[in-house]
Amino acid sequence: MRFVPIAVPSAARAGLVTLAAVAVALALCALVFVFYGVSPAEVYSTMLRGTLGDSTGLAEVGRRTIPLLLVGAGLAIAFRAQFFNIGGEGQLLLGAVFAAGTALFVPLPGPLLLPVVFIMGAVGGGLWAWIAALLRRLNVNEILSTLMLNYIAVALVTYLIAGPWKGKDVRGYIYTDSFPEAANLPVVAGTQVHWPTLLLGVVVALGLQWLLGRSTFGYALRVVGENPGAARYAGISSARVMTTVALITGGAAGLAGAGEVAGIHHRLLEAGQISLGYGFTAVIVAWLARGNPALCLITAPVMGIILAGGDLLKIDLNMPFRVVDVFSGVILLCLIASEVFVRNRVVWGVRA
Amino acid sequence: MDNIVVEALVRALSVGTPLLLACLGAIINERGGVVNLGVEGMMAVGALAAFAVASSSPDANLWLAVGASMLAGAALAALHAVATVTLRANQFVSGLALALIGTGAAGLLGKKFEGLPLFNKVADWNLGGLVINPFTVAALLLAAALAFYLNSTRSGLTLRSVGENPAAADVLGVNVGAVRVLAVLAGGSLSGVAGAFLALSYRASWADNMTAGLGWIAVALVIFVGWRPLRAVLGSLFFGFLYYLQFRLQGNSPIPTEVFNAMPFVLVLVVLALAGLRGQQGHAPAGLGRPYVRGER
Repeated sequence: MRFVPIAVPSAARAGLVTLAAVAVALALCALVFVFYGVSPAEVYSTMLRGTLGDSTGLAEVGRRTIPLLLVGAGLAIAFRAQFFNIGGEGQLLLGAVFAAGTALFVPLPGPLLLPVVFIMGAVGGGLWAWIAALLRRLNVNEILSTLMLNYIAVALVTYLIAGPWKGKDVRGYIYTDSFPEAANLPVVAGTQVHWPTLLLGVVVALGLQWLLGRSTFGYALRVVGENPGAARYAGISSARVMTTVALITGGAAGLAGAGEVAGIHHRLLEAGQISLGYGFTAVIVAWLARGNPALCLITAPVMGIILAGGDLLKIDLNMPFRVVDVFSGVILLCLIASEVFVRNRVVWGVRA
Repeated sequence: MDNIVVEALVRALSVGTPLLLACLGAIINERGGVVNLGVEGMMAVGALAAFAVASSSPDANLWLAVGASMLAGAALAALHAVATVTLRANQFVSGLALALIGTGAAGLLGKKFEGLPLFNKVADWNLGGLVINPFTVAALLLAAALAFYLNSTRSGLTLRSVGENPAAADVLGVNVGAVRVLAVLAGGSLSGVAGAFLALSYRASWADNMTAGLGWIAVALVIFVGWRPLRAVLGSLFFGFLYYLQFRLQGNSPIPTEVFNAMPFVLVLVVLALAGLRGQQGHAPAGLGRPYVRGER
């Protein structure tokens, strides 16, 4: 077997290969379920029925989609620049921390509070990613640094809610006081879908797509990602591009964190309750979208189904939530392993 | 005073053992030119496989348990080998996927072992007053053996050449793909043994997330020690000592617990930044992280 490069792979080919990769991934996960002792048919039907089958399920998918869209759209451009930020989790948490700090401790007139909460969320997430960009200048691989920053962010959140920010009315659990009324986002009635953040996600995804395709910065970013040598020759500072990319992706993740605390929880609470691993799942959202922020409008809900479905498997079939990691990992592996089939034809037999 | 020094050393050696085993595995892997960030996942499945075999009956063979951990680690690594060597996928992202699959599958399949006792844990050896764990002894011997293998044997030279300059190795008739696959499998089985140490001896139990980030620290350790097995002994001792301090100072100091929890990860960042400043990355195998395609360069 050998691979013969295709000069210009068509979008249809990319789409077909992606679908095939996801199908293979679902089949591999089915094997794991057989080994675990439940029938894959039961797993998949439970997930589909409970997510797309009724309005409550759809609302749950929508709620998970919001952070995935924001983090994923940001990561999409990071991957285009070959900045492998996998610290969405930590950046989201720092966004939540900055947002919560603003909501709890900054006295602002009502209408001003929410915008400032979101801006501070973006600042928090951006700063956290910026550390990784700085370290990259010292040749520290950003996959490792952003991952370490995730662990550190979790410790920071725990420290704050158990220590200096601990709420007055807390028994047993640890969390902060509730935010003032003015810092709570409106939701779609009867659900936890905080629509202003969803809207923000759509705007960010489309805005980043425009930035990537139509702006000078987007051009510089693509050159740095596709051909660092050419970028250097053209006088594009790759360090500066990386810093900007880090601020944008971290900022988007920070917005997601602000949305989660202002839209759903109305307080800062344990890291595991703020995020269900949105940072990692968003890596797949961005990869499925092949680095196009706008396509995350489709891929974020797809992964939203998997996260909401994981919750259902936990409740209905008593399976550990870890099942989501299996889905995520297998889908990610199949996606990147299938990449070669997008850009190459497979020829069987020996070299002519 | 003497007591504290001895205790610190024993404890550091103990926590350092899984780090050293996993680090040595990753060194083999990376000297062959393949990065595998999936160490955490391979450790997790290794721990589960070892625990599952050892606890299946009171007299289950511990050798069998260690063997199972090697197989489990290698099986997961095989996915990485196919994806990165055969299908030329991005090594970094594939490793990340592997970490997710490993920790996820171990958490899922290991649920029924949670809280079960282990009847036959691997006990420490008492070598004339010196109490030491068999895994620790094995890891130290392995480090020496690996150093000898890489520097003084023909096959070790072949492995290094595949990592440094796969095209040249190919011209000399080395099957680059096969060497890389073997290196990835060897790395996976050592990560599996690192997990076995946790499940059979250090914790002697099974719990979800029992690897607790040790795999990621091992990955960073490889860079810190400049891809050298003997330095890995010192590196893992250093991080083992940090964990000892965390254990020792926790609760006995005004510093909050979370500071200690975050400490190893902060230190990894500091250590990697220092390695970067010193130009340590220059010691990385030249072909590291890049798929090899004959005729391209």
